[in-house]
Amino acid sequence: MSALTDRLDACRAEGRAALVGYLPVGYPDVDSSIRAMVAMVEAGADIVEIGPPYSDPVLDGSVIQLAVAHALERGVRMADTFKAVRAVADAGAVPVVMSYFNPMLQHGLDQFAADVVEAGGAGVITPDLTPDAGEDWVAAARAHDLDTIFLVAPSTTRERMHLTAQASRGFVYATPLMGVTGERAAVGGAGERVVSEAREAGAVNVCVGVGVSTGAHAAQIAAYADGVIVGTALVRCLADNDDIEAGLDALRLKVAELAAGVRGNA
Amino acid sequence: MTEGPSAASSLQSAPGPFFGEFGGRFVPEALIAALDELTDVYDKARVDPSFEAELIRLARDYTGRPSIVTEVPRFAQHAGGARIFLKREDLNHTGSHKINNVLGQALLTKRIGKTRVIAETGAGQHGVATATAAALMDLECVIYMGEEDTERQALNVARMRLLGAEVVPVTTGTRTLRDAINEAFRDWVANVETTNYVFGTAAGPHPFPAMVRDFQRVISVEAREQMLSLGGLPHAVLACVGGGSNAIGSFDAFLDDANVRLIGCEAAGDGVETDRHAATLTGGRPGVLHGSRSYILQDKEGQTMPSHSISAGLDYPGVGPEHAWLADIGRAEYWPVTDADAMEAFRLLSRTEGILPAIESSHALAGAIKLGKELGSEATILVTLSGRGDKDVEQAARWFDMLPSEGTADAAATGGVE
Repeated sequence: MSALTDRLDACRAEGRAALVGYLPVGYPDVDSSIRAMVAMVEAGADIVEIGPPYSDPVLDGSVIQLAVAHALERGVRMADTFKAVRAVADAGAVPVVMSYFNPMLQHGLDQFAADVVEAGGAGVITPDLTPDAGEDWVAAARAHDLDTIFLVAPSTTRERMHLTAQASRGFVYATPLMGVTGERAAVGGAGERVVSEAREAGAVNVCVGVGVSTGAHAAQIAAYADGVIVGTALVRCLADNDDIEAGLDALRLKVAELAAGVRGNA
Repeated sequence: MTEGPSAASSLQSAPGPFFGEFGGRFVPEALIAALDELTDVYDKARVDPSFEAELIRLARDYTGRPSIVTEVPRFAQHAGGARIFLKREDLNHTGSHKINNVLGQALLTKRIGKTRVIAETGAGQHGVATATAAALMDLECVIYMGEEDTERQALNVARMRLLGAEVVPVTTGTRTLRDAINEAFRDWVANVETTNYVFGTAAGPHPFPAMVRDFQRVISVEAREQMLSLGGLPHAVLACVGGGSNAIGSFDAFLDDANVRLIGCEAAGDGVETDRHAATLTGGRPGVLHGSRSYILQDKEGQTMPSHSISAGLDYPGVGPEHAWLADIGRAEYWPVTDADAMEAFRLLSRTEGILPAIESSHALAGAIKLGKELGSEATILVTLSGRGDKDVEQAARWFDMLPSEGTADAAATGGVE
């Protein structure tokens, strides 16, 4: 089995959901972003989603858009992503890369899979690539024994739910609402329905993201999902603090709050 | 149905999703259901006589089709004496070819039962056309437009608002067409239950490249008949290419006429040797952007590069996948045309024929001048005049230093590059 599956199973054995935290590489700068990822691990993140910035992030809301634009202006490179993967693995969490498709394609799909594995990464989440459009990518990832994580949405049909569950390894990424990344006041949406449909289609582990920002949200989702994914609320900790140390403190607090949430202690 | 040789060997009306290795559908899962629904409704509509009849009625009674073909002999004197004909899409209601596509997609929106349309716009032509169709068909309308373009095309922003549309300036990224498309996709993901995305060009995920081409195909279907009645097929057809909708619409009915050269004119900005251009097929590499695989202006790591053109409508770092395919198989040629050459063609057509062309279309006119000089007086050249220049008056006046006072400083900065 994969490192992702092992970690999700271990969390389940503890009677809780896993906490999955996203941060973009290079925000506010490469070294600080890696420090922030390690700080998340120390504060209780089980899995870290490492995001190589992309110039046209169509599935991201304004907070993440601004962060990745800033990172690109400062000249972040794909090599920095692999550096971050290594640091997260060394810190003891399971690293997964969350990348838009074109940077993967230009890196070379086989080389990209090889480089993620070489750095210690367990899987890759592809927000703008579906399994039917990504056969080449799935083949490359399989050849390197790398997990492929695809998204499902409230609009996903039963047929496509099946397709996506079959093509996903590690976990299936379920979005409870239609929309881009960003905090929401409530995270009810269709999360529970999407998760149960994904399970019916054969998904073993289903993690839920988009809109989660508080411990209470995390607890609510942890009641029915295998993992809770948080992104924007974490990026905001860094964005709201000009001083990196203050940003890291805010991040540790937020992650601790979310880690309590996935344990049902909101 | 289709003219030309047998369907088996025909290049016309290729159905997608792939054109050779280009095209496809690279989008978030959340959009797949909407794209499937749109594909399904379109596939049914295209074979439904009542849909075709409604489109034909609107084209005739609303758009003003067929658009005429105008020979421009005084202009042609500056193009080696070749015979040059203009397909006058500039005379359509709303002033460009964009209305052809928008009426089709607005009708589809009604068929799907959605009540809101969104669209991106660069120069504002597609936004104006979409706002127009939305007013006509009682649809709520939101137009995304890069902030830089809202400044370059302030008059079109006012036109859209007068038509009842909401115009949202997009302040992210390069603040141009590409960012407007990103923002429209974000809106669509969030509002897909009520909203249809009226995509403006023959790019994006399937079914847009094939569907937009089908709605623009009327340009070449009419023009081919008009040229035949004027004495024969042209030696070449030219059109400007940003995303490439007027060009693919101008090419399609000629694709099987092997002796007709098809030439797309891309915006070369300051020149393709500089980093300030939008000539994607000349200077780009294959990749995935905005939902399909095609040529893209991008760096080594796959980050989209900023494009530049004096023409907001061509200022786009991607291009429709069918053009990438036609370039690959050698059926069409793509020529880079600089800002300076396009503006010279703009000046020439205005002064010799009394027709103010859109700056976008002026790129195709510049291509015709070059081709006419190569081919000489025996040649017959058809140019699609995709839009009129009314929206560009201020920008052109600044370029030629014709503004009275406050424009003078700007003119010195942007004018006379060559």
